[in-house]
Amino acid sequence: MINDFNYLRPGTLKEAFAMYAEHDDCKVICGGQSLLIVMRQGMIAPEYLLDIKRIKELDYIKFDKKEGLKIGATTIHRAIEKSDVIKKNYPVLVAMENKLASIQVRNWGTIGGNLAHADPAGDPAPVLIALKANIKVGGAKGERTMSLEDFFVDYFETALNKGELVLEVQVPPPEPKTGAAYQKFNLLESDMGVVAAAASVTLDGNGKCKDARIVLGNAGATPRRVKRAEELLVGKALKESLFADAGKIASEDCEPVADIHASEEHRRHLLGVLTKRMLKKAFDEAKA
Amino acid sequence: MEKQLLRLTVNGQEYELYINPKTLLVEAIRDHIGLTGTKRGCDTVSCGACTVLIDGMAVKSCSVLAMQAEGTEITTAEGLEKNGNLAPIQKAFIDHGAFQCGFCTSGMIMTAQAFLNENKNPTEWEIREGIEGNICRCTGYNSIVRAIDATAKGKYTEVKS
Repeated sequence: MINDFNYLRPGTLKEAFAMYAEHDDCKVICGGQSLLIVMRQGMIAPEYLLDIKRIKELDYIKFDKKEGLKIGATTIHRAIEKSDVIKKNYPVLVAMENKLASIQVRNWGTIGGNLAHADPAGDPAPVLIALKANIKVGGAKGERTMSLEDFFVDYFETALNKGELVLEVQVPPPEPKTGAAYQKFNLLESDMGVVAAAASVTLDGNGKCKDARIVLGNAGATPRRVKRAEELLVGKALKESLFADAGKIASEDCEPVADIHASEEHRRHLLGVLTKRMLKKAFDEAKA
Repeated sequence: MEKQLLRLTVNGQEYELYINPKTLLVEAIRDHIGLTGTKRGCDTVSCGACTVLIDGMAVKSCSVLAMQAEGTEITTAEGLEKNGNLAPIQKAFIDHGAFQCGFCTSGMIMTAQAFLNENKNPTEWEIREGIEGNICRCTGYNSIVRAIDATAKGKYTEVKS
């Protein structure tokens, strides 16, 4: 059962900051597609619920060739999925959104809410980290920006301080000769991923690997980069055997849990396979 | 908990409710307003039986606080018929026998309606992806897909009068 709470609905961001600073045991709801489930399970029972779903100031998608992409926190998943400018410049984001839960969830759930919930099985984070995204957070005391990678601290825990809200996701402009890919392994199309892997590959003028990122989803407490495998690739002429080696490292450098959906061993195996495949896919896209 | 005033517009009709703010939209629609076409299924955003349209978008009403829907236009299965005439999608579901027990039907129809509003000429695969958020445990998916396909192809027209 959901506990009784006091419902707060600020009309503006400024009001939201003030209300959030004022109340101690306060949880923020936006789309609530994850939050209401954990509240129903009794895992969270806040005294106040601050509803920022209608804060229009945070509902936007902006793109600039120099500045890159900026997505406001209360932007719904469906808007990202249907955005022409994102489809053109960051197709991997659209592909990821397309497989995120179901249409109904994407119609109400928001990107900021998804990231703030910090479920290690969340879809957007691995892809955004592979794209070197930053996150802007802020409250009554001001704003700050950090890499999205540093935003995740532990299971369902983020670097947000008391009184701070997620404000914006920022993705740098797409680099030339870059490809990115993401895939999760799940039994039903609209399920959470059992595990997931995102990869991005950037090639230099000679076709060698200039930069690579590998980010695993649901492979530990937070989305995690496989830096040892990234280092293996950088500076080299990429080929299948290197992707296989990177996959092997990925299956070693992770801490997946065992649960009803899969054993730890099976998860490690899947992470290796997905890493290999996503690197290949990203590489092929970078070459094209 | 002190009850709060909530003005909700469902199927074009305005309702004034006094509710506990933790009331879910599906509870407001079924228990407070009394429109029981919307079903309460899994309660965990999985099954889609509680799907309603909020400003034309399919949303699972078990995972929206009723308070959050204030000022929006909500459409439930009861709101599809016009002047006693069923909507094309409803007629198609009947003709194709697109249900057995009927529990998923109203959610399935609302999802299908929102889908058809966005996709005028869907492929069969797009239809199947379009209803990914709705579970039918009688496994009537094929007839459901055929009903949506027939509606998209214009085999059922809206009776205006």
